[in-house]
Amino acid sequence: MTSLHRKLFRDLWHLRGQMLAVALVVACGIATWVTMRGAWGAIESAQQDYYTRYRFAGIFAQLKRAPDALARQIALIPGVASVQPRVVVEVNLDVPGLADPAVGRVISIPEHRRPMLNDLFLVEGRYVEPGRPEEVLVSAAFAAANQLGVGKTIGAVINGRWEKLKIVGIALSPEYVYEIRGAEVFPDNRRFGVLWMSREALGPMFNMEGAFNDVSLALAPGASQAGVIERLDTLLAPYGGLGAYDREEQISHRFTSDEIAQDRVTGIFVPAIFLGIAAFLIHIVLSRLIATQRNYIGLLKAFGYSDASVGLHYLEFALVAVLAGTALGIPLGIWLGRGLAGIYQDFFRFPELRFSAGPRILLWAVGISAAAACLGALGGLRSAISLPPAEAMRPESPPRFRRGLAEQFGLERLVSLSGRMILRNLERRPWKAILSALGMACAVAILIIGFYFYDAIDYIVQVEFQTAQRDDVTITFNEPRGTQARHDVGHLVGVLRAEPFRTVPARLRFGPRSRRIGITGLSPDAELRRVVDRQLQVIPIPPDGLLLSSKLAAILGVAPGDAVTVEVLEGSRPVRRVLVAGLADQLIGISAYMDIHGLNRLLREEGSISGANLAVDSAATPALYSLLKQTPSVSGVQVREAMLESFRQTIARSLSMSTMALVAFACVIAGAMVYNGARIALSERGHELASLRVLGFTQGEIAVMLLGEQAFLMLVSLPLGFALGYVICYALTIAMQTELYRMPLVLTPKTYVIAFSVVALASVFTGILIFRRLRRMDLIGVLKTRE
Amino acid sequence: MKGARAQTSPEAVFHVHEVTKVYRMGDVEVHALRGVTLDLLPGEFVVLLGPSGSGKSTLLNILGGLDVPTSGEVYYRDHNLTAAAAEELTRYRREHVGFVFQFYNLIPSLTALENTQLVTDISENPLDAEECLRLVGLAERLHHFPAQLSGGEQQRVAIARAVVKRPEVLLCDEPTGALDYMTGKLVLEILERVNRELRTITVVITHNAAIAAMADRVIHISSGTIASITRNEKKVSPDQISW
Repeated sequence: MTSLHRKLFRDLWHLRGQMLAVALVVACGIATWVTMRGAWGAIESAQQDYYTRYRFAGIFAQLKRAPDALARQIALIPGVASVQPRVVVEVNLDVPGLADPAVGRVISIPEHRRPMLNDLFLVEGRYVEPGRPEEVLVSAAFAAANQLGVGKTIGAVINGRWEKLKIVGIALSPEYVYEIRGAEVFPDNRRFGVLWMSREALGPMFNMEGAFNDVSLALAPGASQAGVIERLDTLLAPYGGLGAYDREEQISHRFTSDEIAQDRVTGIFVPAIFLGIAAFLIHIVLSRLIATQRNYIGLLKAFGYSDASVGLHYLEFALVAVLAGTALGIPLGIWLGRGLAGIYQDFFRFPELRFSAGPRILLWAVGISAAAACLGALGGLRSAISLPPAEAMRPESPPRFRRGLAEQFGLERLVSLSGRMILRNLERRPWKAILSALGMACAVAILIIGFYFYDAIDYIVQVEFQTAQRDDVTITFNEPRGTQARHDVGHLVGVLRAEPFRTVPARLRFGPRSRRIGITGLSPDAELRRVVDRQLQVIPIPPDGLLLSSKLAAILGVAPGDAVTVEVLEGSRPVRRVLVAGLADQLIGISAYMDIHGLNRLLREEGSISGANLAVDSAATPALYSLLKQTPSVSGVQVREAMLESFRQTIARSLSMSTMALVAFACVIAGAMVYNGARIALSERGHELASLRVLGFTQGEIAVMLLGEQAFLMLVSLPLGFALGYVICYALTIAMQTELYRMPLVLTPKTYVIAFSVVALASVFTGILIFRRLRRMDLIGVLKTRE
Repeated sequence: MKGARAQTSPEAVFHVHEVTKVYRMGDVEVHALRGVTLDLLPGEFVVLLGPSGSGKSTLLNILGGLDVPTSGEVYYRDHNLTAAAAEELTRYRREHVGFVFQFYNLIPSLTALENTQLVTDISENPLDAEECLRLVGLAERLHHFPAQLSGGEQQRVAIARAVVKRPEVLLCDEPTGALDYMTGKLVLEILERVNRELRTITVVITHNAAIAAMADRVIHISSGTIASITRNEKKVSPDQISW
């Protein structure tokens, strides 16, 4: 070891507190990098791998009923590689231990196992055996949520009769990586599950022998997706085709891909904040170190050390701190990444989602942290290298102070002497003050972002589950029902109010753009289900024309007053031109609404309904639920309270870990900023403060002068951090405008208070550490030495 | 009058009795003071003379409440400084002691006036800060920052800052050590004037023997003991001193 290295290690030991602060910030940055990059890589490769190995289809279509022979025609469409016709039905399930009804989507599979599109991965148990119609496979998410294991049975209403289904296996499908029903945003795995049953068993139960009502296609390489969809739609139209769509509209794929895209962005953005702060901390620590070691630098150069070797010596300080942080951050990131992968496993069901931080990620981690070290060291190094030896041996000229800006207007009378000292110290190095405040503002902003998600979700709940939906139960019929049904639902046990609705699958076209959507017909005087925009305004259903969610209007490129073509994908499949009467800026999904009577007129039908929203007497719910479970014409029952509860639980689980990590990271940033800021100030002004102690100032009084600077910066950083947090949240609402949901820009006072409190507490804690150092100040040395 | 020991006097402000101070520097014990006994009388101007490492600074630090003796006792009036806690010593320094350092130790971010006001802010019955700066001849430099003042001017601000609280004792450690001849004399004149006009006990450490001529008493310290005490029957004013 050379003497310079010995000096390096002793100086590092001397500066260990400040170096540790730098290392911790770097560790946070590298940990987030490893976690997010690793998770992104894991989920992306898991998706690709899964899709390829289990033959995830490229095009999907639902229809009413078509003979199997049609599948052979579909296979002849140019560009189609393979075809998977299936029977898919939804049934009411009676799950042991669950009072309210659950919905099972039953999908047919070949009786004898053979490779197919959307192939199954068996997690547990075995495939169904031929000749045993009661055997089913259930999806892993549903099984886990309801503690259903192999060998258990569940009840299902099939064709009006109770059937007992025996679970022989737990399975995963690439179609249901994110297992969700319809256009809901969050999965409710307790009340919605996928079941697979042999085609030979399922077909006869639903009058689907030799027929299918769902088809998936795989395309040959280079085939035109749009061309195939058009040909397929033409073939399916006579059989009640609901419009084919590609993976982009496949809900599980859409969610998974959106998540991957977002991870990619945050995985770059968040570590960059930390490394920027680390670079700034290195800058102030190293600049100060070089200032105190001017004499040694002069000496080293006088002895013949080259500028480069002196520069390298100081660069090594930064590199050691940063690489120590990296060494800490990598295992932390892997640990957090495994936790994150565990959370992903709850939402995204892959046969294998293994978090791994590959050598590429780790090399990048070392590379970017070293780059941050060099960036931070740049300023200090330049001064060390350019210092001529003779000048270096002379003491630094005393700091020059000026009256501050405020004082030039004669405001100094308002500020105490210690206040003036603080202000002048800050004004002497404005950039340092600004960057320090910005660093602390980042801590505040990180907390605001963390708690913003709670605010946004609370708001979504308020808009969607409390203002828009006010029913207790929603029932959906397996097919449209006539006026008699209107009457019947009102007389179900415990029903206080029933509001029928009509949903019609349709394709909306405007010029070249089109979208498959369900048009919902609501009664204009509906009270249980209303259209509410993000400002909590109830948007009345127009008597004529369509009310579209703004997002859907944007997708189609329409504005109120435009006429869109509505191709109904049901019944006699009428095609009509309908005026867009209004827009509703909604937070969830994309929707189209009409007056239910208008919709009935459009369909040329007499008052038919698809289901009803019910207000229910809570005392009668058990009776109602057990009745509904056994009603074959009811294919879906949604309980608002249960949905809300499951929504909240899911959110709490997924957010708690990331929030904890963000709080910890923000504490590290705030603590590191205050600690290093105060340590540097103590080093620069230690002499001054010790002489004040000699003059009779108490430890508390000089602590105010020293920490007052940090406190002031913190106070400045608060509004700055609030603003920064707000802007980033705004950017997030722009970035997270998916078709499935839009994050509202809502920040409650509680979020600001939490952000303030956490940063203030971390600062106070660090302040106490510094305060204890003041006790050890050498008062006698001050009398003798010149700074 | 010459004597190896100082006599105790009933009106003494400071009683120093058999004080020893032992520092441990690594494995070596350094005996900085080896049984010093001394009284300081009201309004006295005392010069502590001695070579480097003789223990004069240690004695000054103990008198100023910056350090406590290893054994022996120090009384300021009826306060036992030997047994005082750190907070009491701070209060003692705040209320009764003025310090002047070799390197001034002004607060760089405060002007001359503000440096002085720093002390009046925490004193019970201070002099007027501007008045004090006028006393040291800096009426024109009130609003200058330390970096804008010469060494002598800075030292005069330091003296103004030390005396503005009307301390009972003014402790000066090599106050002219960093100054040129003319400036040094100017600073000594001010110290003399403060001592004369405010009746502040003034203790000046120096190894410049010429300064001894302006003292009431000169205490020679050598190897941690008082080698001799000389009383000047006729004090010389600073402008008559030369070195």
